[in-house]
This record gives sequence, structure tokens and C-alpha cells, in this order.
Amino acid sequence: MEHFISLFIKAIFVENMALAFFLGMCTFLALSKKVETAIGLGIAVVVVLAITVPLNNLLYKNLLQDGALEWAGLPGVDLSFLGLLSYIGVIAAVVQILEMTLDKYMPALYNALGVFLPLITVNCAIMGASLFMVERDYNFSESLVYGVGAGIGWALAIAALAGIREKLKYSDVPAGLRGLGITFITVGLMSLGFMSFSGVQL
Amino acid sequence: MSDVKKVLFGPILSNNPIALQILGICSALAVTSSLSVSLVMAIALTLVTAFSNFFIAIIRNHIPNSIRIIVQMIIIASLVIVVDQVLKAFAFEISKQLSVFVGLIITNCIVMGRAEAYAMKNGPAMSFLDGIGNGLGYSAMLIIVAVFRELFGAGKLFGVEIFTTVQNGGWYQPNGLMLLPPSAFFVIGLVIWALRAYKTEQVEEPEFKIAANSRVQEAL
Repeated sequence: MEHFISLFIKAIFVENMALAFFLGMCTFLALSKKVETAIGLGIAVVVVLAITVPLNNLLYKNLLQDGALEWAGLPGVDLSFLGLLSYIGVIAAVVQILEMTLDKYMPALYNALGVFLPLITVNCAIMGASLFMVERDYNFSESLVYGVGAGIGWALAIAALAGIREKLKYSDVPAGLRGLGITFITVGLMSLGFMSFSGVQL
Repeated sequence: MSDVKKVLFGPILSNNPIALQILGICSALAVTSSLSVSLVMAIALTLVTAFSNFFIAIIRNHIPNSIRIIVQMIIIASLVIVVDQVLKAFAFEISKQLSVFVGLIITNCIVMGRAEAYAMKNGPAMSFLDGIGNGLGYSAMLIIVAVFRELFGAGKLFGVEIFTTVQNGGWYQPNGLMLLPPSAFFVIGLVIWALRAYKTEQVEEPEFKIAANSRVQEAL
């Protein structure tokens, strides 16, 4: 149990998707102008990560890994080079299914998420989490914990950045830095702050 | 001819994918701590963008609108798998350093963004050039950032010593911050500032105007 808690905390703070690995930066910078949209997007990312990482884990362990096809009588087959294609397929499918389910059963949440849901397919944080899961060889329950943790970490970072940017628009920034430039510097400072977690040993 | 030039070189300064279109930032930040790794990444991304644009432009009239994202994804993912396998075969050390970021070219917004915005509307030849052009814009940014980070962080370029560091009996005290992730943000922010000081039409409008200072008598 302790192992899972430390994995969870590590995924949120120490190995924060956005501020330590810079994944999902495009949406992170483009959609962090308002706290409300940032939180909506954050929730969507948590949900999608919590589903896709364990699902890709099952796919990898049972179909793609070297020797994983033993149950089908093909012990020497290594399909891991097909990984990239399969993960992105799973992610696109899950996002599409999620969109249709939400539309039918939870229209309020669907409207709140709006255009962000389809955008999540191309969010590198989702793909990145699946690739890290494979690289670090997590098992099924670890990958579930990691998916949820990574999602919460990303959501936390974007909500915090949106909070700062809402205040930042009242400040007098030099013309060339206005908008994107100052946002980069702000994120750099936030990332410095998050680096203080990196000494934490779990 | 001027058209070709605009498509090919426009993205470097006047329409840079990173500095203006906010595309492809993730990998620009993560791989730039050493110049050779960034160079490999830049070449890989330029090739993938160019060829995915080319292939998507060829079949653009046959793709049904509702499933175009999936079709684009499959083309891009297949190209990235080729790049990944080639890197693993011929440059294993660098492919280890790039770790997941080669795979993440699939979700790199430059590739998707250009496929969606340009290749779906233009012929194969021009789309190919557009891919190369945007790849060059990305590469230029990546190389500038990597030069700053490796030179000031370790005193080296391509692993060859330029500034002799204090540890090796020289004069240069390496700035460790430049090798840490946050410095990438600062360097890109400053490059954007420099670029916009030169091309002032890229400056963004302020969302909120601060009123001019009121005089003391008015305030009282």
C-alpha cells in the first residue's frame, strides 16, 4: 500500500507532467487564460489518463510485449514496435467513446468540457504517460495509480498557472514580452518552485 | 517563385511555429539541454512534418471529413515508427537520451497543426515545402535554445569544450541552472522577446489597459 501512495505522490509533485517533463505544453499555454476553463480541461485530462494508461498497460502486457503472445501459441513474436500506433489508437478511441457517453448521460459535464475533449487526443501528456508506463515497466495496478496521479498533477499545474495569469493581465509588461513571452517566464518560475520537490525521496 | 520562398522561409522568422503559433513546445523544452540531441530531434521532426504533409495532401480529397483526424494520426504514427526504428538502429545512444520524445512527435502539435491547416487544402508539392519550412522554424528555435543551454550550462558545444571550466583548471564557472528544466522556459521567453522587438507586428494587444498616471491634485 505504501508503495502505491509514494508512487501517487511522486506522480503528482516530484514528476509533475507539465512542470518537470513539459508534456501537454501546447494546451497548457494556450488554454490557461481563465481558471474555469483550466479546471474543466484538468478534470478531462484526469479522466482520460485514468482510463487510457491502464488500458494501454493491458494491451502492452498481453499483446505487444516480447513473448506476450504465448497464450496464442506464438511465443517468439515481438510486436512492441507497433506500440506507438496502438497507444494513439486506444487514446483516440477512448476520447471518442467518452465524448459520446458524456453527451448522452451527462450533458452538463459535456457542455462544460466543450471543445477540450477532442483536443485531448493530441495532448502529449496523455501519450507521454502511456510511454512512461511502458518504459518504467509498471504493472496494471501501478499504471492505474500512475495515470490518476499524473492527471491530477497536470490539472494542478494548469489551474495554478491560470490563477497567476488572471492576475498577471493587470500588470505592465514590456511590449515584446506581452502574452506568450511573460507566460513562458512565469511557467519557468513555477517549474523552479516544483523542483524543490525533487529532493523528496519516496 | 516568391510563393515557394514564403512557404519555405516564412515560418523561420515571421511565422515561427514555437514563438507565434504556440505549436510543438513540449519537445522544444525537454530535449534542448544538449546540442547534438536537439539536432537529431530537429531533423526527425522536419522529416516527419514534411512527409506527413506530403502524404496527407496526396489523399486529401479522399479522406471523409468525420474521420480525418484518425487518418492523419495513422499516417503520422507510421512515419514516427519508421523514425524511431531508424534511430534505434543507427544512433542508439541518442535515441536513449530522447527516450519518449521520439514517440511524442506523433502528438507534436506542429505535425498535426500543419496537416490540418495546410496539407488538407493544398497540393502535395507545396505541402511538402510547408512541412520543411515549419520544420526549419522549429529547428532554428531548438538550436538557438540548445546552444545557449549547453554553452553556458556546461561550457561545451556538441560535447567539445569551448569554455574551459573551473573544474578542468580553466576560467569558466558553469551555470548549473542552464542545464535544469526551468532555464528552457526562460531562454525561450527571452528569444520571443528578442524576436518581437525586431518584428514589432507580432506584439500582442494588452487585455487590460492601465490608465495614465493621474496628477496629485486630481487624486486629492
